[in-house]
Amino acid sequence: MPKLSEGSGTLDLVADQARFAELAMPYMDALYSAAMRMTRNPADAEDLVQETFLRAYRGFGGFKDGTNLKAWLYKILTNTFINTYRAKKRRPEETEFDDVAEYSLYGRMGGLEAANNERTPETEVLDAMPDEVVKEALESLPEQFRMAVLLADVEGFSYKEIADIMEVPIGTVMSRLHRGRKQLQRRLWEFARDRGLLPEPEPARA
Amino acid sequence: MDCEKASYRMHHYLDGELTVWRRWYMRRHLNKCPPCAGGFVYEVEFRMIIAERCREQTPDDLRRRISGAIGFESGSEEGDWSP
Repeated sequence: MPKLSEGSGTLDLVADQARFAELAMPYMDALYSAAMRMTRNPADAEDLVQETFLRAYRGFGGFKDGTNLKAWLYKILTNTFINTYRAKKRRPEETEFDDVAEYSLYGRMGGLEAANNERTPETEVLDAMPDEVVKEALESLPEQFRMAVLLADVEGFSYKEIADIMEVPIGTVMSRLHRGRKQLQRRLWEFARDRGLLPEPEPARA
Repeated sequence: MDCEKASYRMHHYLDGELTVWRRWYMRRHLNKCPPCAGGFVYEVEFRMIIAERCREQTPDDLRRRISGAIGFESGSEEGDWSP
Protein backbone atom coordinates (compact mmCIF):
# COMPACT_ATOMS: atom_id res chain seq x y z
CA MET A 1 0.00 0.00 0.00
CA PRO A 2 1.53 3.32 -0.99
CA LYS A 3 2.34 5.66 1.81
CA LEU A 4 -0.06 8.54 2.13
CA SER A 5 1.61 11.81 1.30
CA GLU A 6 2.46 14.08 4.17
CA GLY A 7 0.18 17.03 4.79
CA SER A 8 0.77 20.53 3.55
CA GLY A 9 4.36 21.55 2.98
CA THR A 10 3.90 24.71 4.98
CA LEU A 11 2.94 22.74 8.05
CA ASP A 12 5.98 20.50 7.56
CA LEU A 13 8.17 23.52 7.34
CA VAL A 14 6.77 25.07 10.49
CA ALA A 15 7.21 21.76 12.29
CA ASP A 16 10.78 21.50 10.98
CA GLN A 17 11.58 25.01 12.09
CA ALA A 18 10.16 24.36 15.55
CA ARG A 19 12.06 21.11 15.88
CA PHE A 20 15.30 22.72 14.80
CA ALA A 21 14.77 25.55 17.27
CA GLU A 22 13.99 23.13 20.06
CA LEU A 23 16.96 20.84 19.42
CA ALA A 24 19.72 23.10 18.14
CA MET A 25 19.14 26.47 19.79
CA PRO A 26 20.15 25.26 23.28
CA TYR A 27 23.70 24.77 21.93
CA MET A 28 24.07 28.41 20.93
CA ASP A 29 26.08 29.51 23.97
CA ALA A 30 28.44 26.57 23.64
CA LEU A 31 28.91 27.20 19.92
CA TYR A 32 29.46 30.89 20.51
CA SER A 33 32.06 30.14 23.20
CA ALA A 34 33.90 27.84 20.81
CA ALA A 35 33.63 30.39 18.01
CA MET A 36 35.18 33.05 20.26
CA ARG A 37 38.17 30.82 20.94
CA MET A 38 38.52 29.92 17.27
CA THR A 39 38.22 33.40 15.73
CA ARG A 40 39.55 35.31 18.75
CA ASN A 41 37.22 38.24 18.21
CA PRO A 42 33.50 38.84 18.83
CA ALA A 43 32.58 40.14 15.37
CA ASP A 44 33.98 37.09 13.55
CA ALA A 45 32.59 34.79 16.23
CA GLU A 46 29.08 36.19 15.69
CA ASP A 47 29.32 35.76 11.93
CA LEU A 48 30.66 32.25 12.35
CA VAL A 49 27.85 31.20 14.70
CA GLN A 50 25.19 32.73 12.47
CA GLU A 51 26.60 31.00 9.39
CA THR A 52 26.80 27.72 11.32
CA PHE A 53 23.15 27.89 12.34
CA LEU A 54 22.04 28.75 8.82
CA ARG A 55 24.01 25.85 7.36
CA ALA A 56 22.74 23.54 10.06
CA TYR A 57 19.17 24.62 9.41
CA ARG A 58 19.51 24.06 5.67
CA GLY A 59 21.09 20.67 6.27
CA PHE A 60 18.73 19.69 9.07
CA GLY A 61 16.82 17.36 6.75
CA GLY A 62 19.99 15.29 6.44
CA PHE A 63 20.44 15.02 10.18
CA LYS A 64 19.46 11.60 11.45
CA ASP A 65 17.47 11.31 14.65
CA GLY A 66 19.33 9.52 17.37
CA THR A 67 22.74 10.64 16.17
CA ASN A 68 24.80 13.18 18.03
CA LEU A 69 23.35 16.61 17.28
CA LYS A 70 25.95 18.49 19.31
CA ALA A 71 28.83 16.81 17.46
CA TRP A 72 27.06 17.46 14.16
CA LEU A 73 26.74 21.17 14.97
CA TYR A 74 30.39 21.37 16.00
CA LYS A 75 31.43 19.72 12.79
CA ILE A 76 29.58 22.39 10.82
CA LEU A 77 31.13 25.08 13.02
CA THR A 78 34.62 23.67 12.52
CA ASN A 79 34.25 23.26 8.76
CA THR A 80 32.80 26.73 8.39
CA PHE A 81 35.65 28.18 10.39
CA ILE A 82 38.31 26.36 8.41
CA ASN A 83 36.77 27.06 5.00
CA THR A 84 35.56 30.59 5.51
CA TYR A 85 37.32 32.47 8.24
CA ARG A 86 40.73 30.96 8.07
CA ALA A 87 40.78 31.28 4.30
CA LYS A 88 39.59 34.89 4.57
CA LYS A 89 42.32 35.82 6.99
CA ARG A 90 44.93 33.97 4.93
CA ARG A 91 46.60 33.14 8.17
CA PRO A 92 49.45 30.76 7.35
CA GLU A 93 49.15 27.31 8.84
CA GLU A 94 50.73 27.69 12.21
CA THR A 95 53.74 25.51 12.64
CA GLU A 96 53.77 23.00 15.41
CA PHE A 97 56.75 23.15 17.68
CA ASP A 98 58.16 20.65 20.05
CA ASP A 99 58.20 21.40 23.71
CA VAL A 100 61.58 20.89 25.22
CA ALA A 101 60.47 20.46 28.78
CA GLU A 102 57.41 20.16 30.93
CA TYR A 103 56.27 23.47 32.30
CA SER A 104 53.36 23.10 34.60
CA LEU A 105 52.34 24.87 37.73
CA TYR A 106 52.07 21.54 39.40
CA GLY A 107 55.08 20.51 41.39
CA ARG A 108 56.64 23.98 41.23
CA MET A 109 55.39 25.17 44.56
CA GLY A 110 56.36 22.44 46.93
CA GLY A 111 52.80 21.20 47.05
CA LEU A 112 53.72 17.58 46.54
CA GLU A 113 53.84 16.65 50.18
CA ALA A 114 50.54 18.42 50.73
CA ALA A 115 48.86 16.24 48.13
CA ASN A 116 46.19 14.78 50.33
CA ASN A 117 43.28 15.53 48.00
CA GLU A 118 42.94 18.98 49.50
CA ARG A 119 43.63 22.26 47.78
CA THR A 120 47.30 22.74 46.99
CA PRO A 121 49.17 26.01 46.40
CA GLU A 122 49.11 25.18 42.68
CA THR A 123 45.35 24.99 42.53
CA GLU A 124 45.11 28.24 44.50
CA VAL A 125 47.20 29.93 41.82
CA LEU A 126 45.02 28.41 39.09
CA ASP A 127 41.93 29.59 40.87
CA ALA A 128 43.27 33.13 41.04
CA MET A 129 43.81 33.27 37.25
CA PRO A 130 41.54 35.91 35.74
CA ASP A 131 39.12 34.66 33.05
CA GLU A 132 40.87 36.75 30.42
CA VAL A 133 44.22 35.13 31.11
CA VAL A 134 42.80 31.63 30.76
CA LYS A 135 41.02 32.59 27.53
CA GLU A 136 44.11 34.26 26.10
CA ALA A 137 46.24 31.26 27.03
CA LEU A 138 43.90 28.93 25.14
CA GLU A 139 43.64 31.30 22.20
CA SER A 140 47.41 31.54 21.96
CA LEU A 141 47.78 27.84 21.13
CA PRO A 142 48.40 26.84 17.50
CA GLU A 143 45.04 26.29 15.83
CA GLN A 144 45.02 22.51 15.66
CA PHE A 145 46.04 22.11 19.29
CA ARG A 146 43.57 24.79 20.33
CA MET A 147 40.69 23.03 18.58
CA ALA A 148 41.55 19.68 20.16
CA VAL A 149 41.79 21.13 23.67
CA LEU A 150 38.63 23.16 23.16
CA LEU A 151 36.61 20.17 21.98
CA ALA A 152 37.90 17.86 24.71
CA ASP A 153 38.34 20.03 27.78
CA VAL A 154 35.73 22.71 27.27
CA GLU A 155 33.08 20.77 25.38
CA GLY A 156 33.73 17.28 26.72
CA PHE A 157 33.77 15.41 23.41
CA SER A 158 35.32 11.94 23.28
CA TYR A 159 38.42 11.17 21.17
CA LYS A 160 36.18 9.46 18.64
CA GLU A 161 33.85 12.45 18.37
CA ILE A 162 36.77 14.85 18.01
CA ALA A 163 38.26 12.63 15.33
CA ASP A 164 34.95 12.83 13.44
CA ILE A 165 34.62 16.57 13.91
CA MET A 166 38.19 17.38 12.87
CA GLU A 167 38.34 14.58 10.28
CA VAL A 168 41.61 13.15 11.53
CA PRO A 169 42.57 9.75 13.01
CA ILE A 170 42.12 9.19 16.75
CA GLY A 171 45.90 8.95 17.19
CA THR A 172 46.23 12.47 15.81
CA VAL A 173 43.56 13.71 18.22
CA MET A 174 45.45 12.20 21.15
CA SER A 175 48.73 13.70 20.09
CA ARG A 176 47.23 17.17 19.50
CA LEU A 177 45.49 17.01 22.85
CA HIS A 178 48.64 15.97 24.64
CA ARG A 179 50.72 18.74 23.12
CA GLY A 180 47.98 21.33 23.37
CA ARG A 181 47.44 20.69 27.05
CA LYS A 182 51.15 20.81 27.69
CA GLN A 183 51.44 24.16 25.95
CA LEU A 184 48.42 25.49 27.79
CA GLN A 185 49.98 24.50 31.11
CA ARG A 186 53.11 26.28 30.01
CA ARG A 187 51.31 29.51 29.09
CA LEU A 188 49.61 29.61 32.47
CA TRP A 189 52.85 28.80 34.19
CA GLU A 190 54.49 31.72 32.36
CA PHE A 191 51.69 34.01 33.43
CA ALA A 192 52.09 32.95 37.05
CA ARG A 193 55.84 33.45 36.79
CA ASP A 194 55.49 36.93 35.27
CA ARG A 195 53.10 37.92 38.03
CA GLY A 196 55.54 36.69 40.64
CA LEU A 197 53.18 33.98 41.80
CA LEU A 198 55.89 31.32 41.68
CA PRO A 199 58.55 31.04 44.34
CA GLU A 200 61.35 29.89 42.03
CA PRO A 201 62.71 32.21 39.31
CA GLU A 202 63.65 29.30 37.00
CA PRO A 203 61.80 26.01 36.62
CA ALA A 204 63.69 22.82 37.23
CA ARG A 205 64.09 20.93 33.96
CA ALA A 206 61.95 17.84 33.84
CA MET B 1 51.11 0.35 37.80
CA ASP B 2 54.16 2.58 38.31
CA CYS B 3 54.16 6.39 38.51
CA GLU B 4 55.42 6.86 34.96
CA LYS B 5 52.62 4.78 33.52
CA ALA B 6 50.09 6.42 35.85
CA SER B 7 51.12 9.87 34.75
CA TYR B 8 50.94 8.81 31.09
CA ARG B 9 47.48 7.29 31.52
CA MET B 10 46.05 9.96 33.78
CA HIS B 11 44.83 12.03 30.82
CA HIS B 12 43.18 9.06 29.17
CA TYR B 13 41.60 8.23 32.51
CA LEU B 14 40.18 11.72 32.91
CA ASP B 15 39.08 11.68 29.28
CA GLY B 16 37.03 8.60 30.08
CA GLU B 17 38.99 6.62 27.50
CA LEU B 18 40.45 3.81 29.64
CA THR B 19 39.05 0.31 29.86
CA VAL B 20 37.38 -0.76 33.11
CA TRP B 21 40.41 -2.81 34.02
CA ARG B 22 42.88 0.01 33.50
CA ARG B 23 40.63 2.37 35.41
CA TRP B 24 40.76 0.01 38.32
CA TYR B 25 44.59 -0.14 38.26
CA MET B 26 44.69 3.62 37.97
CA ARG B 27 42.48 4.15 41.02
CA ARG B 28 44.49 1.63 43.00
CA HIS B 29 47.71 3.46 42.17
CA LEU B 30 46.23 6.88 43.04
CA ASN B 31 45.02 5.57 46.37
CA LYS B 32 48.48 4.56 47.48
CA CYS B 33 50.62 7.23 45.80
CA PRO B 34 50.17 10.78 47.22
CA PRO B 35 52.36 12.55 44.60
CA CYS B 36 50.35 11.02 41.73
CA ALA B 37 47.11 11.73 43.58
CA GLY B 38 48.22 15.35 43.98
CA GLY B 39 48.96 15.58 40.27
CA PHE B 40 45.57 14.07 39.59
CA VAL B 41 43.74 16.61 41.76
CA TYR B 42 45.65 19.40 40.06
CA GLU B 43 44.73 18.07 36.62
CA VAL B 44 41.04 17.84 37.54
CA GLU B 45 41.13 21.40 38.86
CA PHE B 46 42.99 22.58 35.78
CA ARG B 47 40.36 21.18 33.43
CA MET B 48 37.50 22.57 35.47
CA ILE B 49 39.04 26.01 35.37
CA ILE B 50 39.68 25.89 31.62
CA ALA B 51 36.10 24.78 30.98
CA GLU B 52 34.54 27.29 33.38
CA ARG B 53 36.56 30.30 32.34
CA CYS B 54 35.99 29.79 28.63
CA ARG B 55 32.19 30.00 28.73
CA GLU B 56 30.57 32.86 26.90
CA GLN B 57 27.00 34.04 26.63
CA THR B 58 25.59 34.58 23.19
CA PRO B 59 24.85 38.29 22.71
CA ASP B 60 21.06 38.87 22.62
CA ASP B 61 21.39 40.64 19.32
CA LEU B 62 22.98 37.59 17.70
CA ARG B 63 20.34 35.29 19.17
CA ARG B 64 17.62 37.47 17.67
CA ARG B 65 19.42 37.64 14.34
CA ILE B 66 19.69 33.87 14.11
CA SER B 67 16.04 33.27 15.02
CA GLY B 68 15.05 35.91 12.51
CA ALA B 69 17.30 34.51 9.80
CA ILE B 70 15.89 31.02 10.18
CA GLY B 71 12.37 32.36 9.87
CA PHE B 72 13.43 34.39 6.86
CA GLU B 73 15.18 31.42 5.24
CA SER B 74 12.09 29.28 5.48
CA GLY B 75 9.93 32.16 4.27
CA SER B 76 12.06 32.57 1.20
CA GLU B 77 11.84 28.87 0.41
CA GLU B 78 8.09 28.97 0.50
CA GLY B 79 7.98 30.44 -2.99
CA ASP B 80 9.98 27.53 -4.41
CA TRP B 81 7.37 24.95 -3.69
CA SER B 82 5.48 23.58 -6.59
CA PRO B 83 1.91 22.56 -5.97
